[in-house]
Amino acid sequence: MTVATGADTGATFALEDEDHTLANALRFLLNKNPHVSFVGYSIPHPSEKVVNLRIQTTGELTAVEALRQACQSLKQLCGHMRSTFTEAYEQYEQTQGSDESP
Amino acid sequence: MGEGKSGRASKKQKAASGPSPQYVEEPVLPENLQQQQDYVTCGDALNYNVSTADSAQLFAALGIDNSWSFKKFKKDFRVVINWVKGMDMEFELIGTSPAVANALRRILIAEVPTMAIEHVFLVNNTSIIADEVLSHRLGLVPIRADPDLFESKAGSERSTEKTTAIFKLDIRCTWRPDKTMANEKVMSAELKWLPGGSQMPEETNCQFEQDQREVVGPEGVSLVHEDILLAKMRPGQEIRLEAHCMKGTGAEHAKWSPVATAWYRLQPEVMLLKEVEGAQADELAAELPGLVTVQGSGASRKAAVGDARQHEKLLEKVRRLSGEETWRGCIELRKRKDHFIYTIESTGVLRPEQLFTRAIDILVAKCDKLLEHL
Repeated sequence: MTVATGADTGATFALEDEDHTLANALRFLLNKNPHVSFVGYSIPHPSEKVVNLRIQTTGELTAVEALRQACQSLKQLCGHMRSTFTEAYEQYEQTQGSDESP
Repeated sequence: MGEGKSGRASKKQKAASGPSPQYVEEPVLPENLQQQQDYVTCGDALNYNVSTADSAQLFAALGIDNSWSFKKFKKDFRVVINWVKGMDMEFELIGTSPAVANALRRILIAEVPTMAIEHVFLVNNTSIIADEVLSHRLGLVPIRADPDLFESKAGSERSTEKTTAIFKLDIRCTWRPDKTMANEKVMSAELKWLPGGSQMPEETNCQFEQDQREVVGPEGVSLVHEDILLAKMRPGQEIRLEAHCMKGTGAEHAKWSPVATAWYRLQPEVMLLKEVEGAQADELAAELPGLVTVQGSGASRKAAVGDARQHEKLLEKVRRLSGEETWRGCIELRKRKDHFIYTIESTGVLRPEQLFTRAIDILVAKCDKLLEHL
């Protein structure tokens, strides 16, 4: 990853080997951060595996910090989603097991 | 200034209120805005409120905090497993955003690794199916091997038992004494796994250091389906080849995609916008049998809407009716924006629930990779 331009509060990150999958999820979480005044991403060319992610903050935190927080939030979200899913699946299997008749 | 329950609430109060209020209530969105937030409205010609309003400051003027809160997510998020049938499953993700649901869908299709035939070494092929066509068909055959037990092979590196699983196909079509043909159809079951490695290691640049069973366990590597027709032959024709499977992802080629498809749709809901009474209620119930029922009797009888999910085939009709003059403003089809009905159809390489948890792990790994660089 390279930080292309910007002062502390505004930076463009070039995420290599990434696409909409990660960029849009991060954009969603960054947009939900009240200290981020602008976030957007673009994929300059469809056959180049790179995403340019632009972050500008209101000054309370740096762009790097905002991105770090977004990553951590996404991890936390995934962790909860995984455990909830696994739990629901186990529960489903149990109820299926008891209902199953030969 | 008012006494806030939390720091955030008191701050809001400061911004929103004038003279000293004695109580602080959690401000709520006006009903119309809340509806725009929660639902896509499916009009007869176009959908309304399609976008998800996800800016933190969107409702700041109303004193409402729209920023990300894990606590709130944790409180609201639910998963319901609807069914698992063989290698397919349907479940519901409730209380998440399309950004996350779509990221997982994309990962399922393109980024969960599997094993697939990548190199085919043809020794002889006298059948009418061309080498490259046969090779392509072989590539698409689902291989049952846990991709976690294998490593990705880089470029020209020598194949080993840790990177490559090898199948052999050696088949000849002949006449039987009764003038029927033997091996007229070449099925995928004819592909034989070679745990000992390539039988022509020089030509294929492949050297196993140990039996592959040591790597993959006693179940070995097998085919998901043994009844895939690969080629047809006439007597005297033969196919002899060695197929080398490698680890890859659907991003490079669809043969590595672990799903036939994975998709989601939004939870539909049918709303009555006003009381529909009397003869009009009968008429609506006749238009939408089962979905709309008439409650009560006499002149005060009313239309009531049942569960939209039980009457999916009527939903497009609801959409059409909502644009017709008679029913405009009476009935409406809506879809909940944070309720995803997720379907995963696995190719059989991995179980669908395994696929979903692996997809989540891959998304976490992406975050970790990014965090490393920050």
